[in-house]
Amino acid sequence: MTTINAELRALHEPQRNSRQNARWRKLWLAVIAFLIMLLLGCGEPANNSRAAFVLIDISSDYAGELEKARTLSNYLLANLNSGDSLAIAFIDNSSFTERNIIARMTFDHRPSAANQQKREVKAQLDAFVGRFSVPSHHSDITGGVLLATDYLVETNAGQRYLFILSDLHEDLPPWLNREAPVKLNEVQVVAVNVKRQRSDNNNPQAYQQRLAGWQQRVEDSGGRWRVVNDLARLENTVVLR
Amino acid sequence: MLTDILYIWSDSPALSLAIWLVIAIVILYLGRPHAHQLLRGTGRAIYGTLRVASASIRQLEQRVMVRNRDVLLAMGREATEKAIEREFNRVNTIVERDLSQYPGLHRKLADTLQKIEEDYHAATDNAPLPPAWAELVETISALPSSGDPAVTKILDNIKEVVENSHEETLKAYQKSVNERHKILSGMQPEWRTLNHTLEKVHKTITGLEDRAKVIDRQMADYESMRKVEDKAVHALTASSLTQFFIATLVLIIATFGGIINFHLIALPMSEMVGGASHIGSVRTSDIAALVIIMVEITMGLFLLEALQITRLFPMIGSMDDRMRKRMAIAAFTILVIFASIEASLAYMRDLLALDREALQQSLAGAAVADAQFRWIPSIGQLVLGFVLPFALAFVAIPLEAFVHSLRTVLGLVVLGALRTLRLTVRLIGGMANHLSKMLVSLYDLFIMLPLSIERLIRHGRENPSRRHAEPSDDVSESKSAKSARRRNPVNEEPAEDVSLAAREA
Repeated sequence: MTTINAELRALHEPQRNSRQNARWRKLWLAVIAFLIMLLLGCGEPANNSRAAFVLIDISSDYAGELEKARTLSNYLLANLNSGDSLAIAFIDNSSFTERNIIARMTFDHRPSAANQQKREVKAQLDAFVGRFSVPSHHSDITGGVLLATDYLVETNAGQRYLFILSDLHEDLPPWLNREAPVKLNEVQVVAVNVKRQRSDNNNPQAYQQRLAGWQQRVEDSGGRWRVVNDLARLENTVVLR
Repeated sequence: MLTDILYIWSDSPALSLAIWLVIAIVILYLGRPHAHQLLRGTGRAIYGTLRVASASIRQLEQRVMVRNRDVLLAMGREATEKAIEREFNRVNTIVERDLSQYPGLHRKLADTLQKIEEDYHAATDNAPLPPAWAELVETISALPSSGDPAVTKILDNIKEVVENSHEETLKAYQKSVNERHKILSGMQPEWRTLNHTLEKVHKTITGLEDRAKVIDRQMADYESMRKVEDKAVHALTASSLTQFFIATLVLIIATFGGIINFHLIALPMSEMVGGASHIGSVRTSDIAALVIIMVEITMGLFLLEALQITRLFPMIGSMDDRMRKRMAIAAFTILVIFASIEASLAYMRDLLALDREALQQSLAGAAVADAQFRWIPSIGQLVLGFVLPFALAFVAIPLEAFVHSLRTVLGLVVLGALRTLRLTVRLIGGMANHLSKMLVSLYDLFIMLPLSIERLIRHGRENPSRRHAEPSDDVSESKSAKSARRRNPVNEEPAEDVSLAAREA
């Protein structure tokens, strides 16, 4: 009897082994599939944060447009969310300094705290507009752009915007050197409310040439150029996602 | 290049084309048998292959049909078994509740009947006053007074005694009647009790009878399913489709409820998990909100499963009652906790929305206005946040119906797809066969000139030999032979087709 049992066991042994092997193979396949899915899921996360830098020209030709700057800043404050960054600076005789920055803030990940920070930024801008009295003689736009570039790179945001509220007429003091290359890679440069000067009335081509020159400069630096003269159309032209 | 080839024979395009045409006709005429074979062979091959494919699809269709029928009948049998079991449980409840008291009820009935019988005997009417008394009184009154005072006195005395005796008897009778009336009045409650008890018994028996009818009906259905009758299969299919559509409708409604729930908690979740982090392109707060909703639905599933309302997880169904009860309590507790969290999140959402609104107003330069009756939407959101998780928990019921009916519906869809595929394959096969025949005819049409010449020559050759062999043949015979010969090439093809079809079969 025992020998028969042993023979039967011996007969069934290979079948059992093959069944166990198949089970192990399935298990391994499942583990490998899971690991592959895990690796696929752990890819580089998409950078969805945004950063915006607003440059406000306070030279004598443009100082009267401060209210537009306030409107633009409020629009940005309303559209930026938690994790996004915003900085506001002014362009004067020498713009590549920390003192040019009116306010800068990276909004907290909590919406309630972010709302409070937005109120602070608004208050700082309002205070600046309130105490502003003397316009600058020169306008160092390139210095402002360099400052903005540094800030935007520092934020490491996925989407970068540079808003320039100026007549785009650069008037550098003689002692300033602005030959340094500007790196505007992946930055969307938006010239807002490019005011026409008196001389542009006599020669409109100068205005066009000025715009074209800046566009060339921005695009050569790797940025994207856009002009929005009417703030009401800003929402349709520049989509902040 | 093509033009060069065209003008290879002559500079005149018409002449060159004519030469090409003649060459083509000659070549095609020479290659006619092979071309016919190629065209018909291809047509038949496509037809045959597609016929085989169609037969395979038909077999698959049959298997799917059998599988559908099996699934339907199995589901139907299971449902009917459950229904019969439930009915038997109800019968058992009735028997335990009502008929277990039947001995007591019977004793009560017997006691009541005995008492009524005794009362009845006690109330038996005594014999009324014998009419002789009245006659005696009337006779004594009618006796003439003879004037003798002694006789008159005796008679008066007799009369008085008789009248007194009569009055006493009458009084005794009246008393006895009154007593009997009293006894009969005392029997009234007993009658009422008897009536009530009998009504109770009647109701119980009627309830049992109804249940028995339902069980009979269910058993008939079950029998029909066991016999695999078409009637049962059709009824089950219709029932399954109805269930599928109803369950789908309810699930769509539940999905909308889930979307509302999601929007209620997505914004405040960003306060907890952060509004800036993303997983892929989706915000982490949105995913967290979705996870909460999913967990709520899962808890609802477990709760209903533990209460044995649904039977999606056999493992839970096979647990012992104590364990299931514990599980139900745990699921319900978690559900309540989640509902409370959602309610607080919904309230927080309202606060955040209020704050954002105030900020937007201040950014727009407008004065922040105090909203009146602001507490109404706040309370509304709070309540909604608490109630929605419980409402979503009941999604398990339509989900179960959906899952069960989906098997049938998917089977029907697959069956429909297979039928359509089979029909298409058959159509393509038939069309290919017909197209090959058409192409053969077109081929012959193109080379009809050499074919006609061939026919004439053949006719010319065959006629003298026939005339030589049978000079007495009449015209009609020669005509019939001619027509038969003419028909011959045409008839060759169907014969080949028939033989091919036979081979394929």
